[in-house]
Amino acid sequence: MMSATDKTTRPAEISPGPASEPPEESTGLPWFRSWRAVYLFVLGCFVLYVIGLVLVSHVFA
Amino acid sequence: MTALDYVVLLGTMLGIAAYGMWRTRQRASLSGYLRGDETIKWGTIGLSVMATQASAITFLSTPGQGYESGVGFVQNYFGLPIALIIVAAVFLPIYRRLNVYTAYEYLGRRFDSKTRLLGACLFLLQRGLAAGITIYAPAIIISTVLHWPINLTILFSGVLVIVYTVSGGSKAVSLTQRYQMTVILLGMVAAFVILLMKMPEWLGFTDMLRVAGSMGKLKAVDFSLDYHKRYTIWSGVLGGVFLSLSYFGTDQSQVQRYLAGNSLRESRLGLMFNAVMKIPMQFSILLLGALVFVFYQFEKPPIFFNQAVWQAQTQGPAGDRLRSLQDQFAAVHQEKEARIRAWLNAEHSGDATAETSARTQMLEAQQQSNELIAQAKETLKSADPKVSKTDADYVFITFVLDYLPHGVIGLLIAVIFAAGFSSTASELNALGSTTAVDIYQHVVRTGATDAHYVSASRWFTALWGLIAVSSALFANLVENLIQAVNILGSVFYGVVLGIFLVAFFLKRIGGTAVFFAALIAQTLVLAGYFTLQIGYLWYNLIGCAACVILSVGLQAIIGPKRKTGAPSAA
Repeated sequence: MMSATDKTTRPAEISPGPASEPPEESTGLPWFRSWRAVYLFVLGCFVLYVIGLVLVSHVFA
Repeated sequence: MTALDYVVLLGTMLGIAAYGMWRTRQRASLSGYLRGDETIKWGTIGLSVMATQASAITFLSTPGQGYESGVGFVQNYFGLPIALIIVAAVFLPIYRRLNVYTAYEYLGRRFDSKTRLLGACLFLLQRGLAAGITIYAPAIIISTVLHWPINLTILFSGVLVIVYTVSGGSKAVSLTQRYQMTVILLGMVAAFVILLMKMPEWLGFTDMLRVAGSMGKLKAVDFSLDYHKRYTIWSGVLGGVFLSLSYFGTDQSQVQRYLAGNSLRESRLGLMFNAVMKIPMQFSILLLGALVFVFYQFEKPPIFFNQAVWQAQTQGPAGDRLRSLQDQFAAVHQEKEARIRAWLNAEHSGDATAETSARTQMLEAQQQSNELIAQAKETLKSADPKVSKTDADYVFITFVLDYLPHGVIGLLIAVIFAAGFSSTASELNALGSTTAVDIYQHVVRTGATDAHYVSASRWFTALWGLIAVSSALFANLVENLIQAVNILGSVFYGVVLGIFLVAFFLKRIGGTAVFFAALIAQTLVLAGYFTLQIGYLWYNLIGCAACVILSVGLQAIIGPKRKTGAPSAA
């Protein structure tokens, strides 16, 4: 036997639910209040990784 | 392998599959089957995204690459953090706002039906073939360990993963990946620690790195502008951004993972977790391979790591020649070990002249060793042209089987197998979803019940599983597994990314222009791949740029597009 949700059909162009999510949300992180700060942190980590790998390449060449 | 190893191996494999099936035993709605319950937190999303990308291939091929070519392959991931920031900032909010099941639904909203179908078909073609390689990877381990026929192993493991995926859907994939990835990380750490413990007592960690570096295994970053080179910082950052942007932004196997988050925040943090962790993780696995290389400077390695092939050929007409090469290799290895010790002693003494002389002698011995390996591979190839000369994928598993304690062997093989299952599950889940939503529901049968589409999704997932198993049967023709997956991705991803970039950022371009631009761009990429000799990462950039430029050109010829009110990045 099918449940009520099983019988639910979707419109032809597939829109399964309301599109109500706000474009921006709080990060919820103590040190990074904005997403821009989170992205800068990630970029900073990347730069540090590359510098570290360049150093490894040179020191142990 | 002892009984303990088999208990651990089978217990883990079957336990994970049974857990996934048990947790999802109740009938799911279409949303539940394709996206999970959208209740998942960022930690699980992060591990799920990581587990989808880091398959069994990661454990087979990557240490082998580190052993053979060094850690330079890490540059392949330099574009990943930048790409994930773009996905989190631009792609993800739009997908969530539109509440789509697949990335290709967005193309239908933004452009038209044919562009949506083109995006979906390019994904299905590329990912369908790659799924075969993902199944093949753990199968070669099992066939080596148990001496099973490889095709039988592929069929066995393929059927098991199909059952698990068809039964569980997206929710089971995310749930099990969380635990699989945790076990994978623990297994990697265990292998690393045991490897260090197995090294000669007098050899410190810095000396290990010195030996690896002197043999060219620690050149992580290459600033060369030579575009023929496969891995440079430039191809890694530029090509890698496009490859990662395509993979994480437009490949349904990844989009499906982070759309399962219960909010935009959870999905974003899951992606940022990967942006921070991926490069250190890949470097660690490559370093593991480089250190296995160091280990084998003090323990005699096989001249050819695929011992099944080696043993078979030494029984044949080339046997005498192969045995002779093996003996020479053993003698050179002994000599090389003595020269490495002499070089390290000279280094420690601070005598620059002695150090230079010892280093030259050590590198000469290494050169002789490499030449003997090359001759052995040529001899194998001459004896049987069907034999692959590449044995890098067998390096790590040979080390695990020969030097790790029992129980840990079973655990590591189970981890590799489970990782393969989790990647394949994501792929089959995405292939089934895309076929059901973007083709079946969109074109073949619109307006049916939820239950009908869940059933269709299950059937399509099973069908793709069978196709993947079939292509896995031919995967042993491919020289290196992880490169094969990346090459496949690079050939198709660039154009798909081009379509999405036009969709997000060029509002004046319509569906007809981008559709024909994508077809022409894909033809150009395929022609280039078969005729030009350039690093494959560049095809991501070429395909994407060709698609975008041709779209602009074609739109100019066609004239202004009709207003549709389609969503965009603005």
